[in-house]
Amino acid sequence: MRLSGRGVRCVRGGREVLSGLDFEVSAGEALAVTGPNGSGKTSLLRILAGLLAQAGGSIELEGGEDELTLPEQSHYLGHRDAIKPALSALENLSFWRDFLGGEVGNLEQSLSRVGLDHAAHLPAAYLSAGQRRRLSIARLLAVRRPIWLLDEPTSALDAAGQALFADLTRDHLARGGLVVAATHTPLGIEARELRIGAVEQ
Amino acid sequence: MTTLAALVRRDIRIALRVGGGALIGVLFFLIVVVLMPFAIGPDLALLTRLGPAILWLGALLASLLTLDRLFMADHEDGSLDLIAMSRMPLELTCAAKALAHWLAAGLPLIIATPVLGLLLNLDAGATLAVALTLLVGTPALTFTGMIGAALAVTLHRGGLLLAVLVLPLSIPVLIFGVAASEAAISGPLSFGTPFSILCALSLVSFVIGPFAAAASLRQGLD
Repeated sequence: MRLSGRGVRCVRGGREVLSGLDFEVSAGEALAVTGPNGSGKTSLLRILAGLLAQAGGSIELEGGEDELTLPEQSHYLGHRDAIKPALSALENLSFWRDFLGGEVGNLEQSLSRVGLDHAAHLPAAYLSAGQRRRLSIARLLAVRRPIWLLDEPTSALDAAGQALFADLTRDHLARGGLVVAATHTPLGIEARELRIGAVEQ
Repeated sequence: MTTLAALVRRDIRIALRVGGGALIGVLFFLIVVVLMPFAIGPDLALLTRLGPAILWLGALLASLLTLDRLFMADHEDGSLDLIAMSRMPLELTCAAKALAHWLAAGLPLIIATPVLGLLLNLDAGATLAVALTLLVGTPALTFTGMIGAALAVTLHRGGLLLAVLVLPLSIPVLIFGVAASEAAISGPLSFGTPFSILCALSLVSFVIGPFAAAASLRQGLD
C-alpha cells in the first residue's frame, strides 16, 4: 500500500495554505508532518480524510481495497474527540465500533490497552482531557483501519500516555499499517518527516 | 443496517438521558398548550374550535426547539467528521438521524396529545383525529427541519436562523394538518382529502430531506 500526493494545493479563506506539496508514504511507514502553527498541517490531514476539498493536485492510494475510498479506509483522530458526554466510555466506544464497522476488535481489550478499563462505565463527561484522548485512541484499536490520520495525537497525554501511544503506533506499522501524523512533539517512533510552511521570514 | 441501527440507538439514548432533547420538547409542548386556555378564557366552544390549531402550533414549535441540535452537537464534538468519512452514504445517515429525532422528540408529543386534548375541551373523537394527523404530519416537520439544521451547521449559526429557514417550509404541513383535524371534527369537507395531502407531504419530505441535508453538510465540512 502506498499513499502519495503530487502538487497538492489548498486554499482557505482566500489564502493559499498549501502550494504544490509532494509527499509519499508506504505501508509500514509513518509520515510526520511538521511546521509552525497555521502552516496547513490540519488542512492536509482533512484533505486526506476527504473532509476538505483540495484546490489542485492529486492524491493517490495504491494497493488499498479497490471498493473503498481513502477516507473509508482511514481513521481520523482530530482535535475534537468525537465523544458524547452523556454516554459512558464503553457506550461511546461500542457506538463507533458498530457505526464504523468493518474488521472490529474487542472493546474491553481496547479500553484496557489505553488504561481506561476502570472507567468503562463512567459517563464520558467525567473524564479528564487526557482520558478523553485515550478513549478516542481506543477507537483506533476497536475498529481496524489500515491508514491512521492523526492530528496532534499526543496532545493532553501524560508521559506514560505518549509512550503508550508510540507503542500502539509501532504495532500498527508492524502490521503493515500506514500513519500520517501532524505533530509538534516527536512521536517517539521512526518517521519520515515532511516540513511545510517553514521558509516564510 | 447495524450501522444505522447503532446511530439511531445512540441518538435516542442521548436524547433520553439527563439534558437530552426529548423531555424539553414535551415540556415545551405542555406549557404552550396549558397556557392557551388561560389566555383565551373559559369559552368552551371557542376552545374546541381553536383546539386542533393550538395543538398543531405547539407541536410545530416544540419540534423546532430541539431540531437545531440535530447536527450541531455532532459538528461541535467532531462526530460529524467521522460520520462523513464512514462507509455509509451520508443521505442514509441523515435519514437515520432524523428518524431517531422523531422517535425521541416527535412521538412523545403525539402520546401527550390525548391528555392535552382534555384541556382544550376536545372530545375523544376529535383528539384521536388530531393525534392521527400529528402522527402523519410531524415526520414531515422533522425531515424538512433537518434541511435547516444542516444549513445551520454550514453557516455556523444555529438557533434563530433555523426557525427562519424552516418555518416557511412547514407552512403547508400546518395548513393541511389543521384542515384535516377540523374536517374530522366539524366538517363539512371530507377528512380524506387534506389527510391524503398531509401524507403526501410527509412522503415527499422523506425523499427530499435526506438528500438536501446531506448535500448541505458536504458543503459545510471544512
